[in-house]
Amino acid sequence: MQNLLLLGDEAIAQGAIDAGISGVYAYPGTPSTEITEYIQASKDAQQRGIRSMWSANEKTAMETAIGMSYAGKKSLVCMKHVGLNVAADAFINSAITGANGGLVVLSADDPSMHSSQNEQDSRFYGKFSLIPVMEPSNQQEAYDMTRYAFELSEKFEIPVLLRVTTRLAHSRAGVKRLGMASENELHLPSNLRQFVLLPAIARVQYNQLLDKQNAIEEDGITSGYNRYIDADNKSLGIIACGLGYNYLIENFEGGKVPYPVLKISQYPAPRAMIQKLYDSVDEILILEEGYPILEELLRGYLNLDKKVLGRMSGDIPRAGELNPNIVAKALGMEIARGFDTAATVKPRPPQLCDGCGHWDSFGALNEALKPYSGGRVLSDIGCYTLSALPPLQSINSCVDMGASITMAIGASEAGLVPAVAAIGDSTFTHSGMTGLLDAVNRKAKITVIINDNSTTGMTGGQDSSAFGKVEDICRGLGVEEEHLKIMKPLRRNFEENVKIISKELEYDGVSVIVSRRECVQTLARRMKLKHLKKTDA
Amino acid sequence: MKKDIILAGVGGQGILTIATIIGTAALSEGLQLKQAEVHGMSQRGGDVQSHLRLSSSMIASDLIPEGKADMIISVEPMESLRYVNMLNRESGWLATSINPFNNMANYPDLEDILSDIWKLPNYVTLDANRIAKDLGSVRAANIVVLGAASPYLDIKYKSLEKAIDTIFGRKGEDMVKLNLKALKAGRDYAEKHSRN
Repeated sequence: MQNLLLLGDEAIAQGAIDAGISGVYAYPGTPSTEITEYIQASKDAQQRGIRSMWSANEKTAMETAIGMSYAGKKSLVCMKHVGLNVAADAFINSAITGANGGLVVLSADDPSMHSSQNEQDSRFYGKFSLIPVMEPSNQQEAYDMTRYAFELSEKFEIPVLLRVTTRLAHSRAGVKRLGMASENELHLPSNLRQFVLLPAIARVQYNQLLDKQNAIEEDGITSGYNRYIDADNKSLGIIACGLGYNYLIENFEGGKVPYPVLKISQYPAPRAMIQKLYDSVDEILILEEGYPILEELLRGYLNLDKKVLGRMSGDIPRAGELNPNIVAKALGMEIARGFDTAATVKPRPPQLCDGCGHWDSFGALNEALKPYSGGRVLSDIGCYTLSALPPLQSINSCVDMGASITMAIGASEAGLVPAVAAIGDSTFTHSGMTGLLDAVNRKAKITVIINDNSTTGMTGGQDSSAFGKVEDICRGLGVEEEHLKIMKPLRRNFEENVKIISKELEYDGVSVIVSRRECVQTLARRMKLKHLKKTDA
Repeated sequence: MKKDIILAGVGGQGILTIATIIGTAALSEGLQLKQAEVHGMSQRGGDVQSHLRLSSSMIASDLIPEGKADMIISVEPMESLRYVNMLNRESGWLATSINPFNNMANYPDLEDILSDIWKLPNYVTLDANRIAKDLGSVRAANIVVLGAASPYLDIKYKSLEKAIDTIFGRKGEDMVKLNLKALKAGRDYAEKHSRN
């Protein structure tokens, strides 16, 4: 047995390698990125030839994983919570097709929105699609439960959702590693129409999925991942989900909670265990890292029965992640206080790096837009979203991956002409290409600026699917050659770039300006590697 | 033994290197640890912090409870103050460099920052950039700060040295030597100048 110091993300990656996956499919997204990166760097994974190249988006990743499952091998697919929205069509339907080889879907939620535009709770997706959800509370469980999720997937022949949140994904602790299971052999499903979701087949498959529900819930009692820990003080019972359990334990010396506790890490939460707790205590406190999902179920719509405390009752804040203090307050315990934060401390929001090409792209765009009224730049998700903040204050929207181009079409059709879309190269191939096709077909009066830094920057510089392909994609989608411009965002090119943008703003159709300069972070890393190689030689 | 440490700085300043060195040293002494990091958006020049928890027994939460931190180790003076609400009022120590990282429009006067820090009962403040520069590279400033914090960590100095050897060994003998000197310089400073 090997002892490793791993991030929660890395524990999942190691667990998946050791469960015998043949492929990991993903698009980078905080806080899930490190899972795929770990597998890409793993010697064991390389020796086995585990596929780990980045996918163009979460939907293509999900579908590729379903394909591997169809062919009988085990696959992991990873994304951040909002990525699951992108993959949702494939994801929900994969519950109906079922799995052949083990199929585990990892969704990393970001309560408190450290690096996200919402704090949606992926457990809803598990309930919605009627598949089991595993929610580890520590790094060891992340490793063990990843392995178990593959077993569960093959046992019930359905995908399993593995849900973590930022604090576990990005926190390190010791993990005991077990041996490596072997990969599956290529084997197709015994029924070759299992994955054909024609209505007549889908109805049958859906009924099979419904028939499995009791056994799935039963597994949550026998697996050991949901635990009932009894105690004498029955004035309160506590249901602690995922990380909520740690924050509960933290508040009691030696981890001994005086109230009965039900630790939940596998869903659907077993009714029998909840019933037992409900019957033996006066009130119930529910600790959930995310939305009040169990709480709402237990309260019922009208909240007529036993008192249920949690996010909905106001005992815990409705939004944001949990921490030890929030839990202590909900328990009516006294909280230690540190020193008051001094007024000298000012906020320090993130910003674009020194020397980043986005400064120059948006600087030129701001200048070119001066003759027009404000509020014309629909943007997207990436480092360049930071251009919303001072001093640039260039952009007016950031909704979801790819929305810049399509929102610009809509705004222009409402009469906002010119409308500008600002998108990155990786976001463009993630979800911008289809929008650009719409724009071309509709002859939309928009100017699209593709900020091409040749990488997926915000998540730490992963390979971009768009690399070396942006102009050809635009041409292929029908962008006119004379309105497909390239500019290099450098301070010395400022006037020339303003001219290029100004001219395209006047064009009564679709223009694309590719503003291309390598990300300063990846450039620095590349130079460092080059230097290291030189000194090695 | 229990040590709860907040590491503070600005994205890109190397607080995770400090965490890795303390973590490696702690593991070599048979301690358990949990270390929550910040990845993603804030790493782009925003404020970043890491919760590093060391203990001889089981650690439950990845996050340190408010008012319970034993130490704040910061590589930026204003950032060190951002987390004083986490610091234990009786026994908490703060160790920080006095070198501002000014990437904002309204950065306060350094004198105001220092006077706030010096109101705390236990602190060590040092010009880590100058000390590191005198030793050969300003990039070792984070290790100077670690050295200044080291007397209050309850980790053997030898274990920290060994950890530096392990972590920087890959980058060559010169890097190891530089960082060992930086650790020592910070330690010496703290032993002469810390206040409690």
